[in-house]
Amino acid sequence: MNRSSRLFVLVAASTLALGACKKKTTPVVPAPTPASNPTTPTRTEPAAAAPVDNSAEIRAKIAAARAVVLSAIYFEYDADELRDDAKASLDEKLKVLNANPGLRIRVAGHTDERGSDEYNIALGRRRAETAKRYLTDRGIDASRIETSTFGRERPAMQGSSEEAWSKNRRDEFEIIAGGDQLRAP
Amino acid sequence: MNIQNCVSLWRRRRLPGVACVAAALLAVAWAAPVRAQDPQKGVSIGLSYTPGKKTGMLVLPIAGAMGDSMSTMLARDFDYSDRFTVVPSSAVASPAGPLNYALFAKLGVDGVVQGTLLPSGWLRIALHDVAKKAVANQKDFALPVPAGSPAWRMALHGIADGVEEWITGARGIAQTRIAFERGGRVWTVDSDGANVIPVTPNGMSPQWAPSGRGLVYAILGSDRSPIMYVDLATGAQRVVTSAPNSQDLSPAVSPDGRTVMFARISENGTDLFSVPIAGGTPRRVTVGQGRANVQPSFSPDGQRIVFMSDRSGPSDVYISDVDGTNVEVLNASTYGDRSFRNGADWSPDGRLIAFQSLNGNAKKVMTLNLRDQSVRIVASEGRNDDPSWAPDSRHVVLTSDRGTGIRQLWIVDIETGKSRQLTRGSAARLAAWSPRLLLPQ
Repeated sequence: MNRSSRLFVLVAASTLALGACKKKTTPVVPAPTPASNPTTPTRTEPAAAAPVDNSAEIRAKIAAARAVVLSAIYFEYDADELRDDAKASLDEKLKVLNANPGLRIRVAGHTDERGSDEYNIALGRRRAETAKRYLTDRGIDASRIETSTFGRERPAMQGSSEEAWSKNRRDEFEIIAGGDQLRAP
Repeated sequence: MNIQNCVSLWRRRRLPGVACVAAALLAVAWAAPVRAQDPQKGVSIGLSYTPGKKTGMLVLPIAGAMGDSMSTMLARDFDYSDRFTVVPSSAVASPAGPLNYALFAKLGVDGVVQGTLLPSGWLRIALHDVAKKAVANQKDFALPVPAGSPAWRMALHGIADGVEEWITGARGIAQTRIAFERGGRVWTVDSDGANVIPVTPNGMSPQWAPSGRGLVYAILGSDRSPIMYVDLATGAQRVVTSAPNSQDLSPAVSPDGRTVMFARISENGTDLFSVPIAGGTPRRVTVGQGRANVQPSFSPDGQRIVFMSDRSGPSDVYISDVDGTNVEVLNASTYGDRSFRNGADWSPDGRLIAFQSLNGNAKKVMTLNLRDQSVRIVASEGRNDDPSWAPDSRHVVLTSDRGTGIRQLWIVDIETGKSRQLTRGSAARLAAWSPRLLLPQ
């Protein structure tokens, strides 16, 4: 049985027990301590309600970790160098990758619509490789990161404005394995 | 003074540019005589083609089923060749009996095309020389059935091309198709804009095999992106080459039909490779060391290629031998500004390289003359890219967003500057002009 199933069983059992307690005494909202919930991650944030909210929190943290992995990074025109905000985003992804050895991702590079369509496909790949190299230079095994490119073919935003262009010059990240049991770092 | 001298003097700052424009205009207005190497097969003295001057043509109405379509198509093909002034047949009264040559002469008509549909279904074409008041050439042409079908249309284009050869000495380019990408698929269209059909379920960057029987093209995917070949008669698609973790792109077929050169994108950059069209192990052509080399185009003798590389920074156009040796940059500086150049295509007669030049937000298509390095602007209205030469080395199909802001294919005559829109509707791009399709399609 995996982690989340165990948690569910525990929560279900606790709920039943609490329900039984409630009939005898005035409603008491117990604050779960690490001792009473040994399988939850060790966090000391107080829960405002019954233990079932813990799983929502956990799901939220997993979702946050997932979002970190999936968030795009952006580039300057005709460039594949990493901006500071891109590096910061990659640093966050690094933590999730380190916490989840089974996690494998694909990075796909994209460009804005300017320039030659075919050259843009090559540029997109360079952007993906730059991000990959940043991660592999910091210890992630190269086999965990695939790279791909779509050039200008899959814009995030249509149009010929500076805004659209800046939103289209990006690397997109997807999880290709090990994403169902994501641990937050 | 000729234009080449003018340009070189301008370059050396000895003459203002406007002097060269004036020289160019004079050259066009003052027709140069026919050059010795232009063969004049079966041409009489009256009905002859003079480069820079248009021969007046009239296509008489053709009686019989689909007669109007036939005469309209022939007249349009002559118009689209940009070598003729086509006088509408409505200018003459009903042409029963012998031709009224005097009237035609008054209308500025040099040649009259008279078509007669024979009981066999063949089309008899007589070309009348108005000055000589006689038939200059005549031939019976077979027509596929059913009338109106794509094959029938292509055969009529072939007839127009044959008539053009009687007059100019060179076969026309009406009997051709243009392949292009639209909506993630490869399509073809006849040279007159008719018969737009998808030919693959997905793909981009098509180029023709010199037989005209098939196309190579690329499919961009998230995992593997192969180079494909499609047989246009059967629709059958096959993989020419692919590699894991690579995107293969911008294929081109060698003039002898045997080799496909393409760009392979991998973690080490993008390099040109060549592979037999039947498949096999690709051989490396460029060693890019992390940079990008894309969009190869063969010289007509198959010995050299022109391609785009960003090895020196901004993307530029280079020439090398087909094995990648003897690389030289095509045109180190134009107009003083820093332009990004790509999308090069080598003209079938070997004289010119067409390419696109990006400077700020201006995207122009230009030609470079390999003999004297002179550069001409072919298209500057709207944003223009990806030129592809017609077999006559005079017309170019390119992508332009002029007018509507949506990219469509346009055909430009580099001699007169005349242009016409080839596609309409949803966006089209990455066009490639076929060779002359002499076989029945």
